[in-house]
Amino acid sequence: MIRKTVLRVVSKALIPFIALFAFYTQFHGDYGPGGGFQAGVILAAGVVLHGLIFGLAETRRVLPPRVVEVGAALGVLVYGGTGVLCVLLGGNFLDYDVLPEVLGMGGQHLGVFLVELGVGLTVSSVMVGILGAFSARGREL
Amino acid sequence: MDPGRGGCVIDALIDVFLLGLLVIVAVAVGQSRNLLVAVMLTGIYSLLSASWMLVLDAPDVAYTEAAVGAGVSTVLMLGTLALTTREEKPGPALEPVPLVVALITGLVLLYGTLDMPAFGDPASPVHQHVAPHYLQRSGEEMGIQNIITSVLASYRGYDTLGETSVVLTAAVGVFALLGGRRRRGAPVPEAEAP
Repeated sequence: MIRKTVLRVVSKALIPFIALFAFYTQFHGDYGPGGGFQAGVILAAGVVLHGLIFGLAETRRVLPPRVVEVGAALGVLVYGGTGVLCVLLGGNFLDYDVLPEVLGMGGQHLGVFLVELGVGLTVSSVMVGILGAFSARGREL
Repeated sequence: MDPGRGGCVIDALIDVFLLGLLVIVAVAVGQSRNLLVAVMLTGIYSLLSASWMLVLDAPDVAYTEAAVGAGVSTVLMLGTLALTTREEKPGPALEPVPLVVALITGLVLLYGTLDMPAFGDPASPVHQHVAPHYLQRSGEEMGIQNIITSVLASYRGYDTLGETSVVLTAAVGVFALLGGRRRRGAPVPEAEAP
């Protein structure tokens, strides 16, 4: 679809804003609607749009499958690691009260922040990865 | 529902409009023999559901529905269509047994809703258990304003860890089945060659 000028130009202008909105949803989720899952799917939608317009080969060059696979596992690791960190600091699993205060965020706030980061990483990577796996089977969309 | 939002009549009109469109699109999906049209209509259905969620004051669900339902899954269905045909094979016109089963199930579900508490009823059991604690105390206990986030990530942290693991497991299953990564030394199929 790269030859369709309107689609190409509009998408090129839109994708950064979609990504920006995803990060806003991720990091502002503690204060407004949104959170890790929403941010992950919005970011994935931006990547999917990129794949539709510029072709999945180009998307794979920008975002190699290896990065996507590692990202999916890393998200769960961040989530579980936050829980283990709480245990190491003397609390219960996922009991963020024992986490230290960082940058003005209390323990609970820091825990929620880290956990949502893990969710966002896993969800966006999984969405992109599944699309890549599906479309690698056939011709370009 | 909420008198501060500009009158019940407008709210009711928006509700009827959105739900009516949902029914129309659902019937159109069922009628369509062209699978590409059906996929596009399911995308529209998702977008309408997202608007409906927004009317119900559930922006988190609306975000997810709009991005996943109207965006990612529509593209996934298009990718599936690229592997198959665009026309549905003509089947038998009307099968009586599935129709009766579907009708009876629908009526039973409708009958079940009669016992449910009214929409938004503050006295319903779901609003009596732990919800008041979350609503009143989560701000000071968590230090963050969004109650949904504190319930999901902290009070119900175990559930969300499980959900995230399920998402990862689903992806691992897809990678294993569809071969997201080739075995070393395996021949490169024609379609995947760069």
